[in-house]
Amino acid sequence: MALDQSFVGRSYPPTAPYEVGREKIREFADAIGDPQPAYRDPEAAKALGHPDVIAPPTFAFTITYKAAGVVVSDPELGLDYSRVVHGDQKFAYTRPVRAGDRLTVTSTIEAIKSMAGNDIVDIRGEVHDESGEHVVTAWTKLVARGAAEGEA
Amino acid sequence: MTATVAYQDVEVGTELPPRVFPVTRATLVQYAGASGDFNPIHWNEKFAREVGLTDVIAHGMFTMASAVRVVTDWAGDPGAVVEYGVRFTKPVVVPNDDEGARIEVTAKVAALLDDNRVRVDLTATSAGQKVLGMSRAVVRLA
Repeated sequence: MALDQSFVGRSYPPTAPYEVGREKIREFADAIGDPQPAYRDPEAAKALGHPDVIAPPTFAFTITYKAAGVVVSDPELGLDYSRVVHGDQKFAYTRPVRAGDRLTVTSTIEAIKSMAGNDIVDIRGEVHDESGEHVVTAWTKLVARGAAEGEA
Repeated sequence: MTATVAYQDVEVGTELPPRVFPVTRATLVQYAGASGDFNPIHWNEKFAREVGLTDVIAHGMFTMASAVRVVTDWAGDPGAVVEYGVRFTKPVVVPNDDEGARIEVTAKVAALLDDNRVRVDLTATSAGQKVLGMSRAVVRLA
């Protein structure tokens, strides 16, 4: 069933601040197997011009995806989350996420399409720090596969 | 932001050092914990098969995170990445053995932009199949 086009352009209230910790960044860097010192050692990060350890580029998704969950689970939108797969992901960075950041995400539905029985929703997450400065924008394309399709 | 590669030292077609990233079931469990994405298609074979997959698959975001390491390792400063986007075209199937899967990544400079920025196009394959499409990063060089 096609989703309601009137949701295009809808923004959701900013999330509560997410506090980025050094150990969380280290945990994430370990999980992707990346030994980059700037993810672990404040001095190494400072040598590159950063005030504290920075997070790997895709770390932002762990925050924006939770925020997008508000959209995905909006009962009025009616997306079937059990059929949702991740289609595309893009980031545009003003600066890297870093330890000590308190980040809020504002999610907006940019587009809704129905193609070949699939519902496709584009969500833009704008991430700002405590001072209101822009950090990163994340664009997430979610595809709810049509019930008739059995393939992944 | 201090990339160690100078803008004037690259040209369209410059190849970045290719990399191969192994991924096992243990990798996926660790990534699930660190990222908070506990979707069972990334760790539960029975569930993965019930939804039509041949086996457990890697998180798309894990593949995306691995691929960009070719760019961040080359640039020297991960903070030099100003844009990064991918399309998830095929899943990375991760067998339940010691070998797991391999994500093979190549990259080359595709365009010289203003402000010392270059666009790098990435190719990521696993088991001979392209797993990321339209995989591009914009990075600011020295």
